[in-house]
Amino acid sequence: MQILRRNLTAYGFLCAALACFTVFAWYPMVREFILSFQKTDLINEPVWVGLDNFRTAFLDPAFGQAWLNTLEFTFLALLCGYAVPFVVALVLNELRHARAYLRFVVYLPVMLPPIVAVLLFRWFYDPGPGLFNQVLDFFGLPPLAWLDSSSTALLSLVIVSTWMNMGSATLIYLAALQNIPPELYEAAELDGAGIFKRIRHVTIPQTRLILLLMLMLQIVATMQVFIEPYMLTGGGPENATVTVAYLMFQNAFTLQDYGSAGALGMMLMIVLLVFAAFQLRLTREDKA
Amino acid sequence: MISVGARAATGRKRGRKRSPRPIEVQFRTIVSPHQLNSRWGRRIYWLVLVTVLVVFTLAFVFPLYWMVTGALKTPEELAQMPPTLVPADPSPDAFFEAWDLFDIGTLLVNTAYYSLGGWVVCMAVDVSAAYALSKLRPMFGGLILGMMLATLMIPAMVVLIPLYVTVVDLGLLNNAWALWLPAAANGFNIFLLKRFFDSIPRELIEAAQIDGAGPARILRSVVLPISRPILGVVSIFTIVTSFKDFVWPLLVMTDSDRMTISVGLSQTAGAVTQNQVMGGLLITSIPMIIVFFIFQRHIMAGLTAGSIKG
Repeated sequence: MQILRRNLTAYGFLCAALACFTVFAWYPMVREFILSFQKTDLINEPVWVGLDNFRTAFLDPAFGQAWLNTLEFTFLALLCGYAVPFVVALVLNELRHARAYLRFVVYLPVMLPPIVAVLLFRWFYDPGPGLFNQVLDFFGLPPLAWLDSSSTALLSLVIVSTWMNMGSATLIYLAALQNIPPELYEAAELDGAGIFKRIRHVTIPQTRLILLLMLMLQIVATMQVFIEPYMLTGGGPENATVTVAYLMFQNAFTLQDYGSAGALGMMLMIVLLVFAAFQLRLTREDKA
Repeated sequence: MISVGARAATGRKRGRKRSPRPIEVQFRTIVSPHQLNSRWGRRIYWLVLVTVLVVFTLAFVFPLYWMVTGALKTPEELAQMPPTLVPADPSPDAFFEAWDLFDIGTLLVNTAYYSLGGWVVCMAVDVSAAYALSKLRPMFGGLILGMMLATLMIPAMVVLIPLYVTVVDLGLLNNAWALWLPAAANGFNIFLLKRFFDSIPRELIEAAQIDGAGPARILRSVVLPISRPILGVVSIFTIVTSFKDFVWPLLVMTDSDRMTISVGLSQTAGAVTQNQVMGGLLITSIPMIIVFFIFQRHIMAGLTAGSIKG
């Protein structure tokens, strides 16, 4: 009786969350699966079409390009967005002055709504009076086409993305660096390890788990890149910045083909789940 | 940046003390205090410090300065090459024009309403769920928590489309609940809250029970007052996230008088002059910058609490 009552109250407290999760988290996951095997435009009754949606998605001329772009974006974003924050955190951790200012400033872009960063950079990238070309001009360098050339467009997106996201990674690394016991550095120094050896044999092993975790998190986050191509390039020039998420969005909301968007989503999910599973294993290891 | 780091690292080796005012060291890092206060160590330290200060200010503050001054310039001055560093004739007209053109008043009220309403819904749902899972411990509680956490593994972009289809089926388009309810299904909030509630000593709860308090009373009078720090962190992140959100409001809030400020800006930005865009962007940024100034500590604490131990 007592147990029954306790369970009833508990489920009373839980019911709102269970309802929210059922309708807006668990059911959409199932729906995603169903969607990818149906033809649906939200007006007519959905029809089962088997693997047709996957075929449509594969045959889309932008399909291969979108995956290549997504991989390239992820790779470039990791090159900047992964290495830079760690190095920045290493340097910040050594500084003894203006720490509060530097931390504030590096996190400031993260606080801004992404639309602000994106529209601001769209203006900086303007080939004429845009800030970047004016700076290049000031140093006597030739102007770049930035978003308008297929060779620099993707890189331009990576720069915006890094600018607006690196703050959180930097602060997370900084916190991890401050957790390293000072004795380790002292011991390493006594053993005659120079600065680089200390970084290699003390700092990196001590922050290894957080480094790996952030790597996984960033891969998953950057592979879903959408707002940058959507606002800055619209996938162009010549499909140079079409990403999988962007293609998915286009299929669903421009072509009203929710089924093939669902199929693309399934493929993206499978790729990302591999990374997510890896991340989960790392988290477990962290707790053990 | 790498070269700066390398210089910082190698430079501060060897040397000897000749220090009028030693650089204070509160905690040991890679470079030892001794090295840091050697003659070369000090020189290189100051060089690196100045470099970092300049680079950071240029990289993160200057774009914002450019945004503010851009809004103060006339369209002609904006098109001028080379650009002026300081507006020749600063005028706040662009702000007022942006305010009218983008209808920022309405957009801001909408966004504030969605953020604050979403915060109330999210806290009500997540706190009671975390309390039930942590202190009332129902049957299958572990399974439920696991399934809630599992949703964190599913990339947001992937569920976007089925979520949209679900919302259309429910007829919730252009309804604030379409923003609030999916946001309340946040496994990470529940995880953070539950972990904090778990650390509340059982004796405290039992004492309240002996005094005759029911579960709702215990939640209100014992658990919530103790949990202020975590409630603060979760609240700020919930509000900031919903204020910043773009893709989801873009899909579900399509009526122009119900849009959020991010979506409204993105829709109108192509049709107005550049200084008006900058004015609009500045007005949009101000609430978040104020929040950051006030809650800096909470935000930074929450960032590391969530990710390191998560």
